[in-house]
Amino acid sequence: MQFGHKDLLGLKELTADEIRYILHSAETMKYILMQNAKKTPHLQGKSIVTLFYENSTRTRMSFELASKYMSASAANITASGSSVQKGESLLDTVRTLDRMGTDVIIMRHPMSGAPHLAAKHAKSAIVNAGDGMNEHPTQALLDLFTIQEKKGRIEGLKVAICGDIKHSRVARSNIYGLTKLGAEVAVGGPSTLMPAEIEQLGCKAYNSVQEALIDADVVMGLRMQLERQKKGLIPSAREYARFFGIDERRMKYAKPDAILLHPGPVNRGMELTTGVMEHDGCFIDEQVTNGVAVRMAVLNILTRKGGQVEYSH
Amino acid sequence: MNILIKQGRVLNPATNLDQVMDLYIADGVVQKMGENLDASALSDSKELTVIDAAGKVVSPGLVDMHCHLRDPGFEYKEDIESGTRSAAMGGFTSVACMPNTNPVIDNAPLVEYILNRAAQVGSVNVYPIGAVSRGLKGELLADIGEMKFAGVVAISDDGRPVENPSLMRRALEYASMFDTTVISHCEELSLLDEGVINEGYTSTHLGLKGISNAVEDVMIARDIILAETVGAPLHIAHVSTRGGVELVRQAKRRGVRVTCETCPHYFSLDDSAVEGFNTNAKMNPPLRTKADVAAVIEGLKDGTIDAIATDHAPHHVDEKNVEFAQALNGIVGFETALGLGIAYLVKPGHLTLMELLRKMTVNPAGILSLGKGMLAEHKPADIVIFDPEEAYTVDVASFVSRSKNSPYDGYTLYGKPLYTIVGGRLVVDHGVLV
Repeated sequence: MQFGHKDLLGLKELTADEIRYILHSAETMKYILMQNAKKTPHLQGKSIVTLFYENSTRTRMSFELASKYMSASAANITASGSSVQKGESLLDTVRTLDRMGTDVIIMRHPMSGAPHLAAKHAKSAIVNAGDGMNEHPTQALLDLFTIQEKKGRIEGLKVAICGDIKHSRVARSNIYGLTKLGAEVAVGGPSTLMPAEIEQLGCKAYNSVQEALIDADVVMGLRMQLERQKKGLIPSAREYARFFGIDERRMKYAKPDAILLHPGPVNRGMELTTGVMEHDGCFIDEQVTNGVAVRMAVLNILTRKGGQVEYSH
Repeated sequence: MNILIKQGRVLNPATNLDQVMDLYIADGVVQKMGENLDASALSDSKELTVIDAAGKVVSPGLVDMHCHLRDPGFEYKEDIESGTRSAAMGGFTSVACMPNTNPVIDNAPLVEYILNRAAQVGSVNVYPIGAVSRGLKGELLADIGEMKFAGVVAISDDGRPVENPSLMRRALEYASMFDTTVISHCEELSLLDEGVINEGYTSTHLGLKGISNAVEDVMIARDIILAETVGAPLHIAHVSTRGGVELVRQAKRRGVRVTCETCPHYFSLDDSAVEGFNTNAKMNPPLRTKADVAAVIEGLKDGTIDAIATDHAPHHVDEKNVEFAQALNGIVGFETALGLGIAYLVKPGHLTLMELLRKMTVNPAGILSLGKGMLAEHKPADIVIFDPEEAYTVDVASFVSRSKNSPYDGYTLYGKPLYTIVGGRLVVDHGVLV
């Protein structure tokens, strides 16, 4: 098995085997995470920087802890406290970090394609930690990992992704990952939050959450940004919850043993009710743990020489 | 310098002439057109340059009714000197430049600046287009009458729409008193929703915000209604949508005084060219779908679309090598326009070479009343000579334009201009600038 990429920009760019390889590697990492002493030498001597142009707590912390558990030198830059505010271009910032000897730059950016631009010009591996509405590959990988862990497989499952599909990089990465691994994907949400030609990505689209949920093995809620209301895409939070929120009644359309996931943080009472979050099949907390494991796996794979490793298990 | 062009296939769309003949040029004008002209009988001067045009096409020099020379204010992208050299390399002998410079061309002295500068350093004829509104702000009319007397050939706020419909109506009414056409950049900004590429599969696939066809169509419909209301001439710039083509088609049937242009990128590329976040495929209006490309070609075939303009829009590499949403809109167009027309319209049989040249010469010249774009004895000798069968590979690094922002690097096109003659002066000789 070869992981033939310098960077992790999205699941769009990966083959099914490459995705499986990362998930497999994450199993080992999760085992390490579960130990009393969570420290491995995998990334000793490696320098990892998080470069965040957008606010984030959990994703950045998850990457930072993943780096530290594996003994890397980790540093972080946020847009507000850097030369970015002095008007430095993205490429100049990335080139500067590169010259300081970084091995991996983990990047979040509000504009789609920004990591792709950086990757073209950087020696360091670029990990996309979310770019605009495009992709959030490590989030989708941790979702896939959680599904695999709880359901024992991904192929043949039906996964319903519900909410603001249009603006969601999580939805896009999951659609690419899930369909590549043989799952059937249904997306549900209001027409104003559904992107054009979404079915051409290989999923089915519904304007009814109930319909999307029918016989689902996995139900995935998405965070609803409150600013969508101000832009006139939905009338109100209340109306959204009433017609598109995932509640106990709607969950009944899914299979009885369906699991519930959400990338967090959750707007309780809007996209998910507290009731469904307390359900046995809800693994939102476990997703957070798996996120660290998956990111450890990604960092480990990308810091191997040439990004190529033997597939051993 | 006297020039004798021998044995070329002369294509003159203005008269539907398609005949192998010779052209004799002296004192800046075409002195004689005819078969087997005798050099020694015509010219006693030793300075006679003879061009063997056998197997090649001799056409009126191309006329571009829509370009950006970026001068004054953005000379790091292009200026009148570099821009007109690029135009000449593309076979253009006359270009009309848009007023969205810095300062904006919204008064007579600035119009005179363009004309004077072009006279000093220009390689081709330059015709300024003035602003509709002062500073392109969309609030007050610019000095349209004075600019007309100073030499503008049309008015436009290109780069921006005239958002206020009342101002647009006044502009149409007022400009028509001065026989000046308003060129409209049709974009309903309130529908834009921060879009950066066409709304469709590609925007969804790349996670980029989409621009629906309605952004363009709504404004085309509005401006047609306004032009119809006041009976003034209107020209729609860079039509890219199937709906836009249909709106113009219907308006023409009703007898509205409307004309329109499209650009080579709207008949040669669709939005899939943006894949990989290619900022050199980012322009406004955006590249559309295959169905829109087909409709644009249909509009060119049935005459709905009168002209092909380049919308030559040079930008510095630093303005394109940025996050996609930040990248500036536009591509350079002079040096690929003819080649794209031949490769994507003539070779597939959509247009004859005569029809293509008509939309790149006499039609745009007619819309702007330039009195150009045709070959006739005793008229200024503006001529391009090319071989439409000769393939070449586009190399953006070799562009004469100061900017290299083009999505066509590596494309195989046809008919690279071999000779460009402007006012009887050889500007491009054997494909090289003189």
